[in-house]
Amino acid sequence: MAILVPQSDEAVTRTTDRERRRKDQQRSGGRKIGSHIFLLILVIYFLTPLWWLIVASTKDTAGLFGGSGGPLWFDGEFHLFDNIVGLFTQQDGIYWRWLGNSFLYAFAGGIGATVLAVLAGYGFAKYRFRGRSAFFSLLLGSVMVPMTALVIPTFVLMSSLGIVNTMWAVILPSLLSPFGVYLMRVSTQDAVPDELLDAARVDGAGELRTFFQVALPLLRPAIVTVLLVSIVATWNNFFLPLAVLSDPNLLPVTVGLNNWQALSNAGAGGEQVWNLIVTGAFISIIPLIISFLALQKYWQGGLSLGALK
Amino acid sequence: MALTTTSPRTAPPQPSVSRKVGVDKIDRKRQRWGWLFVGPFALVFLGFLIVPLAYAFWMSLQTSTLAAGTQFTWFANYGKAFTDPIFLEGLGRVGRFAIVMIPAQMLVALAAAMVLDNLTTVLSKFSRLMIFVPYAVPGVIGALMWGFLYSPRFGPGSDIFSLFGLDAPSFLSQDNIFGALVNIVTWQWSGYYMIIIYAALRGVDSSVYEAARLDGANSWQIALRVKLPMISSSMVMVLIFSLIGTLQFFTEPQVLRAVAQGAIPVSYTPNMYAYSLAFSYSQFNYASAISFSLGIVVFIGSYLFLFLTRKQNGLK
Repeated sequence: MAILVPQSDEAVTRTTDRERRRKDQQRSGGRKIGSHIFLLILVIYFLTPLWWLIVASTKDTAGLFGGSGGPLWFDGEFHLFDNIVGLFTQQDGIYWRWLGNSFLYAFAGGIGATVLAVLAGYGFAKYRFRGRSAFFSLLLGSVMVPMTALVIPTFVLMSSLGIVNTMWAVILPSLLSPFGVYLMRVSTQDAVPDELLDAARVDGAGELRTFFQVALPLLRPAIVTVLLVSIVATWNNFFLPLAVLSDPNLLPVTVGLNNWQALSNAGAGGEQVWNLIVTGAFISIIPLIISFLALQKYWQGGLSLGALK
Repeated sequence: MALTTTSPRTAPPQPSVSRKVGVDKIDRKRQRWGWLFVGPFALVFLGFLIVPLAYAFWMSLQTSTLAAGTQFTWFANYGKAFTDPIFLEGLGRVGRFAIVMIPAQMLVALAAAMVLDNLTTVLSKFSRLMIFVPYAVPGVIGALMWGFLYSPRFGPGSDIFSLFGLDAPSFLSQDNIFGALVNIVTWQWSGYYMIIIYAALRGVDSSVYEAARLDGANSWQIALRVKLPMISSSMVMVLIFSLIGTLQFFTEPQVLRAVAQGAIPVSYTPNMYAYSLAFSYSQFNYASAISFSLGIVVFIGSYLFLFLTRKQNGLK
């Protein structure tokens, strides 16, 4: 591994150090190349499946099986637009419904979970109400409860309430995010000084106004992180919608594509829709990847917030 | 709206300080606002965590048969679960996954983070994002993609191996499916863990490294003896995340099941077993007992781990 690259703002000015560092840099020239080769190998490993997906979404089913370009390169033919049209015609364009459902569930669940987490994190961090520490220890313990263990009892409970196989069956359980509350509590403690809240109160602001106008703006990076994490969690969820939804029109895109894949594998003659599965998968991952790239300055610091102190 | 007051005693004390004795009435009134802020979450917590858990426990204590209806059988289902070879086999399997998969992910994440921490080039910034990108891909899609890549019909396996004059192994056979799944999960999660570790490394004051180098430490020594101990709390967090995730392994084997005919039985992991018991066989009571047992194993496992590493993670 290469030696630390000196950064201008931390440059130490003692001459002995400077000389030593110049020698280090000369020596580390070779190691830096080694580091970059290591990174390139990692990048190739992590991008190959995505590259394959891009290439494959331009092929028709015959091209997927034995195209002239091989699995990792384009064929002479370009079928991306045919495939997109295919997604509109296959089962009356149900794919786009699935995609819409995924958006609805992820945003409703993610935004809801974030709002609850911000409120609760602030409450835990800034008020000393009765039962606070008991509730918080319970919450910390619940971070370790595997969420999938809750799916089956939640299903039975919701089916007795008659909301199984409706969108609420996916959205309501997604509102639960103990880890989000934990993250918001830690960041409220870090980012919102008590003195500032007291100053606002002295100036006559009520509790709600203090929260909205003083605390919330300071919490913006943490809120974006929790929002992204909860949207991703709901968007990626598979077990819950698989268990609670049976109406094909209500499925999110993850479960829908999985069903297509199972059908195509079962080999029923007319149901081989490999090209649509691939193109559908490709289109469905674009929005999240773009939002992560666009919002990187927020989450890169925020994701480490939960580290135990 | 709550009252405001200029008394310095009403400043909310730091959470770590124990409650002061003489908190006045106005302050106590204000502290009730805490419940209003926490309340909405508390409702969801109650409705979708406490109640389902309690209900799962209640269901698991009952047995329902066609002949006798639903009967209260106390811990019979647990006795059955912990002597059920299918459940125990699944538990052993996720245990083996934990032993292989967690070190694999952490090693990739740690090595990538350490290398990235030493570089400030354009390539390193690009790599950091690209290594992270799989986190934004749903587990189902990741498993679908790898399923295609593994497939002898679609995948590049045979092309790549023929370059070296070899026959491609069948990745989806019974012998190789374990490694195939480890690879998918490593691909999916290493980037996320890398970002956590990388952020922790950035947070360390670089004068520490400077001092170590002046003392004659080489870069390997700095990485292993100085950097690693300084980020141990993040490592513990990453480990806990991946442990909890691995023990409830479900999505990837469930998706690959369709492609890997015969290599993945319906009861491959405890979660898959509980799913098929509940939704294919309508054995909700026994499925609850399996889910609850798995929950207890995960909970005890991660608590035990946090306890054993209390020195590193700082939770005294």
